[in-house]
Amino acid sequence: MVEFFLNTVKPHFNFWVYVILMMIGLWSLIAKNNLIKKMMGLAIFQSAIILFYVSIGVKDGATIPVLEHYGDYAEKAVPAGPDVSATESSPAPAASNPADAFANPVPHVLMLTAIVVGVATLGVALALCEMIFKEFDTLEEDELLRKIKALHDDA
Amino acid sequence: MLEQLPAVILLAPLFGALLVGLLGLRDRRACFPVAFASLLIALASAIGAGMRAFTGGAYDYFIGGWEEPLGIGIVLRIDTLNGLVLIAIAVVAVLALIFTIRPSSEKDEGKTAYFYILFLLLCVGLFGITITGDAFNLFVLVEVSALTSYGLVAIGSSRRCKMAAFHYLLMGTVGASFYLLGVGYLYLKTGSLNMQDINTILATNAVVSESPGVTTAFILILVGIWIKMAFFPLYGWLPNAYSYCPSGSACLLAPLMTKVSVYVMIRVMLSVFGLEWVFGHPGWSDLVVWLAVIAILAGSIMALAQREIKRMLCYLIVAEIGYMVGGAWLNDPNLWGLTGAFYHILADAMMTLCLFLTAGIFFKYKGISEIADLDGIFKKMPLTSIGFVIGALAMIGVPPTCGFFSKFYLIRGGIEGGQWEYVAALLISSLVNAVLFFRIFEIAYFGKKPAEGHDHEHNHEHEHNHEHEHEHEAPAQTTLPAREAPLSALIPLLAAAALILLVGIFNGQIVELIRVAFEIPSTLVSNLR
Repeated sequence: MVEFFLNTVKPHFNFWVYVILMMIGLWSLIAKNNLIKKMMGLAIFQSAIILFYVSIGVKDGATIPVLEHYGDYAEKAVPAGPDVSATESSPAPAASNPADAFANPVPHVLMLTAIVVGVATLGVALALCEMIFKEFDTLEEDELLRKIKALHDDA
Repeated sequence: MLEQLPAVILLAPLFGALLVGLLGLRDRRACFPVAFASLLIALASAIGAGMRAFTGGAYDYFIGGWEEPLGIGIVLRIDTLNGLVLIAIAVVAVLALIFTIRPSSEKDEGKTAYFYILFLLLCVGLFGITITGDAFNLFVLVEVSALTSYGLVAIGSSRRCKMAAFHYLLMGTVGASFYLLGVGYLYLKTGSLNMQDINTILATNAVVSESPGVTTAFILILVGIWIKMAFFPLYGWLPNAYSYCPSGSACLLAPLMTKVSVYVMIRVMLSVFGLEWVFGHPGWSDLVVWLAVIAILAGSIMALAQREIKRMLCYLIVAEIGYMVGGAWLNDPNLWGLTGAFYHILADAMMTLCLFLTAGIFFKYKGISEIADLDGIFKKMPLTSIGFVIGALAMIGVPPTCGFFSKFYLIRGGIEGGQWEYVAALLISSLVNAVLFFRIFEIAYFGKKPAEGHDHEHNHEHEHNHEHEHEHEAPAQTTLPAREAPLSALIPLLAAAALILLVGIFNGQIVELIRVAFEIPSTLVSNLR
């Protein structure tokens, strides 16, 4: 058990956490009865993916990707942009590739957009919940389905 | 100027939406002309951009001149495939927009401006999905179109549409999240988000392309897209969302959303992972084609069980999605199957538009939503009925219509790939469609109980009298039960019916264009019998 933790979980700790979070989100999305709780599950689900993206941008011992931190590498006229080789399976040694001194900013920037998308989704979901509540006076799914069924039978 | 057309396709509806927001909220009457003009501009530039790709081959457009691979540029890529889809989207959007000139009830009039804003933003999202050359931007644009479509479903006045929209939102967001996760794994392995770059890296770097990470990415992306397109086990959101939303929204959503998702699947298979990679995995093709067979049969059987017109059409969409997914995944890869699947995207967009317009007309102007209430409707609405018959014949697959040709290509693909279960499912589904629609023809032509039918008609006349007050084309007919739908509904319907015939008759030219894009990699041709 301890060995499993040290050998398998610890080196990929972030990825374990993201998968567990994602499953919690998915479970609450499927199993919860209350619409607001379903929505919370959705938010956890999306946050898990954001954690995944943030994790893939991180490199061991790297600093933030701002040119002022370029420091010792400044004289080598290599731009510190995102680098393909750094994310591949066989990364070059740190000294030879100046890009390895910096965290990869691209996934982080992508997540800014994804967070905005997530906020918009939650906003729409909340608005829909409000409309449903106004219409049916409840947010519990089983009650909603019962009321909808009654509505259908009347018609 | 002309090389800027790809950007204009996106910007015209975007600024149209802004203008509707500025002008339309003050004066309702400004909404429609602004929206119409911006969609016409988009249609014209889609045709222009498409023609350039048809004649000169695929080309890239970099927004703001930021060329790849400098990180995240916004690259638009146009080839013959998305040229065709762009034009189809624009045509469907324009026709669906004409149908919405007259609001379905007084209660909805306050929402007119919001409706048109969402309508145009949805078009921006769909155009963007089709045109983008970047895997992450695709996610953002999928969410743009999805968020607006939740709004379009929930904007109706029916009580159930909010609930349908909420479920649609949950499913849609999970689908998009799976796609995003897949793109993350792909980026992790290849270090690129540009579709072409990813394709090159996967084709040249065996270490990357054989790693389990890329396989994970593909499966996650595929499942995400399948949720979005309502592929059979994941179709749960579709019937409620499309049958309870207002007719105007349904005419835009039903023909486009699922079809554009199918396009995304073919694009991911073709341009991101490459057919050689996808079909390099033995067993996948068989598995997906069997899933498609189940989807086709389940969709058809559930359609048979429906009493409401719109719900029946929704389940038919589920079956049609099975056609396209199955066709795209036929063995080898299969030139006929891929061509048929892609041709069916265009054909099905027109067929679904035509049928949903008819269902919308029956509901909006006659208050009919159940099949049984269609008693003798052909006599009362002859022109609407012509549109309906053409749409129905296309669904069944009768020769001059486009439905016949897509089935022809798909079945030929199934025979060449040796996947007979798919051929059988297509034929069974055609038979079921024939049963479905001829049952409606029988009710609508002859009527079950003429006397009762009249009563029905009078009731509906009363309920919907206020809608007919402004009708200018038939002032003297207020007492007659026979009343054709107004021009605003007939023009898009008959245009869609004409397009069904045109797409069918000119299938040779369209297929020629599609084939250019599906040049099967030479190493796989040896496998072809």
